Amino acid sequence: MPSKITHISYHLPEKKFSNDDFFEIFPESKDNSNLDKIGIKSRQIAVNELASDLAVEAAKKLFKEHNISPESIDFVIFCAQEFDYYTPTTACVIQHRLGIPTSAGAIDYNLGCSGFVYGLSIAKGFIESIGLNNVLLLTSSTLTKTFHEGDKSSRYIFGDGAAATLITNDNQKGIGEFIFGTDGSGFEKIIVKDGGPRNPISESSHIDRTDEYGNTHNDACFFMNGTSIFIFGIKRVPKIVDELLEKSNLKFDDIDLFIFHQANRFLLKTLQKKVGIPDDKFFIYMETVGNTVSSTIPIALSEAIKAGKAKSGQKIMLIAFGVGLSWSGTIIEI
Amino acid sequence: MDLNDFVSKVEAEIEDLEVGSLTADKDYREIEQWSSMYALILIAMIDTEYDVTLSGEDLKQSKTVRDLYEIVKSKL
Repeated sequence: MPSKITHISYHLPEKKFSNDDFFEIFPESKDNSNLDKIGIKSRQIAVNELASDLAVEAAKKLFKEHNISPESIDFVIFCAQEFDYYTPTTACVIQHRLGIPTSAGAIDYNLGCSGFVYGLSIAKGFIESIGLNNVLLLTSSTLTKTFHEGDKSSRYIFGDGAAATLITNDNQKGIGEFIFGTDGSGFEKIIVKDGGPRNPISESSHIDRTDEYGNTHNDACFFMNGTSIFIFGIKRVPKIVDELLEKSNLKFDDIDLFIFHQANRFLLKTLQKKVGIPDDKFFIYMETVGNTVSSTIPIALSEAIKAGKAKSGQKIMLIAFGVGLSWSGTIIEI
Repeated sequence: MDLNDFVSKVEAEIEDLEVGSLTADKDYREIEQWSSMYALILIAMIDTEYDVTLSGEDLKQSKTVRDLYEIVKSKL
């Protein structure tokens, strides 16, 4: 049986962090009109919630909004970078919290911005090769907790949030071909260096460094080389578009809508121009949520559906890329 | 590819910069409004205008607008 995305719901944490809040902390950035190009006005920040809590709330919304019984779920996949415990697997705890039957499988996997599309490929495999019926894909991020308080760029770009996506066996083929890719030589481009088994926290972990643009980091905090990642995006994404079209035997004009990982508006607009995508086929949704890592695509997709931009029968290209470095793309029909 | 043309393209990307005020030998990081966003804006402009994607290393090694021009020219 083919597989298809049937429903998406998402949940954002309670605390809002608006641009006004940001400028109160960093008044020197107020005159920087270029910040408007990033396309974010506010984001929601996890304070007390864990990634699993956001995911559980997103799943509860999915069940409620679309009248789905937890009983019907036969696999739960949890994509995050912040897990509740060293062990057990967070997806096991989530299975219990959501009242998903004990006959369901549960796994975690650790990916960032590329995670959603990888999750679709896993769900598709479970349904089309193993014969499962309903796979619940949960993507969640509380990345902002890892930021240095003086990391202006990251605090401006990222927001927290989770999405719950139901992938179901269906008569209609809804998830097409995949392109994957990895370049581990770039693992330090986006990293929290210290605090894991490789580099336990030491005295040097907390030595602050401020870069030429006034962003402060230390090795115990999140670090992103924004320029390198921007270059990675503009070099890699157009290639994925071509590879996906070729693998799917489709022409550029066959694609009705493009939804890329919502990294920031400026990168998205640059990619749109570079790839030559007309405005009416390019969807951006990040003004009130920011870059929510693995959930940007399901959030944007669900908003595109709500806005009537993504419709049944259309071919929608999804491309995700980021930390790893890791990338993936697919073409879906909803 | 022409140096003067390149300089005016860079100049056009930077807000509130008077026409003709940017020179080829200006250390572009010392432009008053310079921010991390401008690095991205220049990368994007060069990518669209010249089909050349600068690397992080290229940026590190360049100081003036002329340096940038020479790098782009060498990659054409």
